[in-house]
Amino acid sequence: MATGPVIRLRDLQRTYAMGRNEVRALAGIDLEVAPGEMIAIMGASGSGKSTLMNILGCLDRPTAGTYELDGRRVDQLGGKELADIRNQRIGFVFQGFNLLPRTSAQENVELPLLYDRAHHHRDIGRAATAALERVGLGDRRDHVPNELSGGQQQRVAIARALVTEPALLLADEPTGNLDTHTSIEILALFQALNDRGLTVVMVTHELDLARYVRRVVELRDGRLVRDEAVRDRRDAAADLAAGAASAAS
Amino acid sequence: MRHARLFRIAVRSIARTKLRSALTMLGVIIGVGAVMVMVAIGQGARSRIEASIQNLGTNLVVITPGASNAGGVSRGAGSFNRLTIDDAEKLARESLLLSNVSPVIMAGARIRGGGANWFAPIFGVDVAYPVIRDWATSSGQFFGAADVRAMRKVCVLGATVAGNIFPGQDPVGEQVILRGVPFKVIGVLAAKGQTADGSDQDDCILAPYTTVRTRLAGRQFIAQILGSAWSAADVEAAKSEVSAIMRESHGLGDWEEDDFTVRNQADLAETATGTTRVMSMLLAAIAAISLFVGGIGIMNIMLVSVTERTREIGIRMAIGARPGDVLAQFLVEAVVLSTLGGLVGVAIGYGSSWLVGRLTGWPTTIAPAMAGLALGFSAAVGVFFGFWPARKAAALDPIAALRYE
Ligand SMILES: Nc1ncnc2c1ncn2[C@@H]1O[C@H](COP(=O)(O)OP(=O)(O)OP(=O)(O)O)[C@@H](O)[C@H]1O
Ligand SMILES: [Mg+2]
Repeated sequence: MATGPVIRLRDLQRTYAMGRNEVRALAGIDLEVAPGEMIAIMGASGSGKSTLMNILGCLDRPTAGTYELDGRRVDQLGGKELADIRNQRIGFVFQGFNLLPRTSAQENVELPLLYDRAHHHRDIGRAATAALERVGLGDRRDHVPNELSGGQQQRVAIARALVTEPALLLADEPTGNLDTHTSIEILALFQALNDRGLTVVMVTHELDLARYVRRVVELRDGRLVRDEAVRDRRDAAADLAAGAASAAS
Repeated sequence: MRHARLFRIAVRSIARTKLRSALTMLGVIIGVGAVMVMVAIGQGARSRIEASIQNLGTNLVVITPGASNAGGVSRGAGSFNRLTIDDAEKLARESLLLSNVSPVIMAGARIRGGGANWFAPIFGVDVAYPVIRDWATSSGQFFGAADVRAMRKVCVLGATVAGNIFPGQDPVGEQVILRGVPFKVIGVLAAKGQTADGSDQDDCILAPYTTVRTRLAGRQFIAQILGSAWSAADVEAAKSEVSAIMRESHGLGDWEEDDFTVRNQADLAETATGTTRVMSMLLAAIAAISLFVGGIGIMNIMLVSVTERTREIGIRMAIGARPGDVLAQFLVEAVVLSTLGGLVGVAIGYGSSWLVGRLTGWPTTIAPAMAGLALGFSAAVGVFFGFWPARKAAALDPIAALRYE
């Protein structure tokens, strides 16, 4: 892996034109994310978190400023190149899971591989099964989203994000629709992935969850107002085990 | 993305909304099916026409009044009659390539005889007529040159006329009254059946042209002069010879156009099938219109489908579908839809043309190339009408699509 940052933002801006008015969702962000980091982006509602994540995820383009992904400028790329980056370099997890309805977990996870032009000699079915096993859903391959719990659906979505083996995982409020226990389970999964070298950037509202990451940045009105390392980072897996023990006693 | 996958996605999303897909395909199904049946019927009718023109006679050359245009359709035919007995006699005298010539004078008449009444056309013809038309008598005999020269009041009845006036009886030797003039029946023609346009060839009376011309009052005209060439190889040359003699007979100058038309069997077939060609063009127009309407149906449903599946499109884009992938997905879906419609239409076409063939006894056949063409057109309709909705899908903004409720 390159020694440079995975993400480098310079004076990143995004304004939405709303009729005659302009909404400055991002008013100049400078940020660097090194490989192997696990970051939580926090901030009040409307502070620009989702806007930032969409640009990081190459779903949207900045109005001004630069975005380098793995040392390569991506802020001015066209739709085709951005699609390929989304497919191969980035895994994106949404608050609302965004799985295809009436489509099995297995096929949902296979989907990104169908659009993967770079490696289309791989065994798609096997890769998807392996990704589902990594998130602990090896036995739910044939279930459609309707037949899965919220936590399980989010795991399928994470497996889908991981199946192309990206170096960067982006998650916009991945636990927003989940209860506390399930949220910690998801965080445990992120931590395990992060321990194996995956860079994780996630948005969360919950201070409790921010204790499981290595670094927290805060947005306010489209600006970075806080950027600090988490000193006593908690281990989600250990907390789950402890919680289970206390519930059992 | 692999083509097989693309195809499977399309088939599955069509299968998911079976009723809707079926209704969407209906336009294409009806269009293709109807055209296939019509073409089959048209071809059946055409081969029947050709067969019955063959049955007109051997090495036939037909001269009719009035000029013809390039299409072989008479312009102002019958509006004024320029064929005369002199023409026929001159042709009989001077033509080297025609073995037989006979004028055909037309006169309609009420026929009385044997206590019955009947209406039928009377053809005043020469002795060569049955030879040219290859027409035998079933009873009695045809009149001879002496009858013609002497203008004898003799006639030969067509099978239909004979059967109606003298049912179950041999009319030979009996008398019939044509326009008040008594004629002696000397023969009955063998039955020949219907012509291409469905009229009964046996519903007529033949009499010497000299007699018809002089003894029968009322409106009459020389409808045509028939001739037959010595051999099939002579027919084309005979046509030009006839033209030359006719021009001379009519005293036409070099700058004047023919005021008559000379045709052989092939020309007649051409004229008769000309109507079927018009019908074919009409069919093509119907095909085009119904495929167009079917295509609009497909476009409509694809637009609905794109809107309904906006979120799905957003998801696909978010995980790396290129705009081209989305375009291909919807385009393939439209083409599968329309081609499926085409297939069903072809099947229906085959089925019902077989049925029509059974009912009418016509040889209704559908060439495989025709079925292939129909399928090709259906697929093209899918591409053409699916393109816009597919492009709309591909142009969606991923974030907006993901947020779409
Ligand atoms: N498509 C859009 N058009 C116009 N304005 C927008 C659009 N998307 C976001 N905004 C505006 O940009 C600002 C930042 O929005 P964003 O969704 O990034 O906030 P957020 O931090 O994700 O909030 P939340 O925590 O509620 O998800 C808000 O003021 C919002 O109204
Ligand atoms: Mg948000």
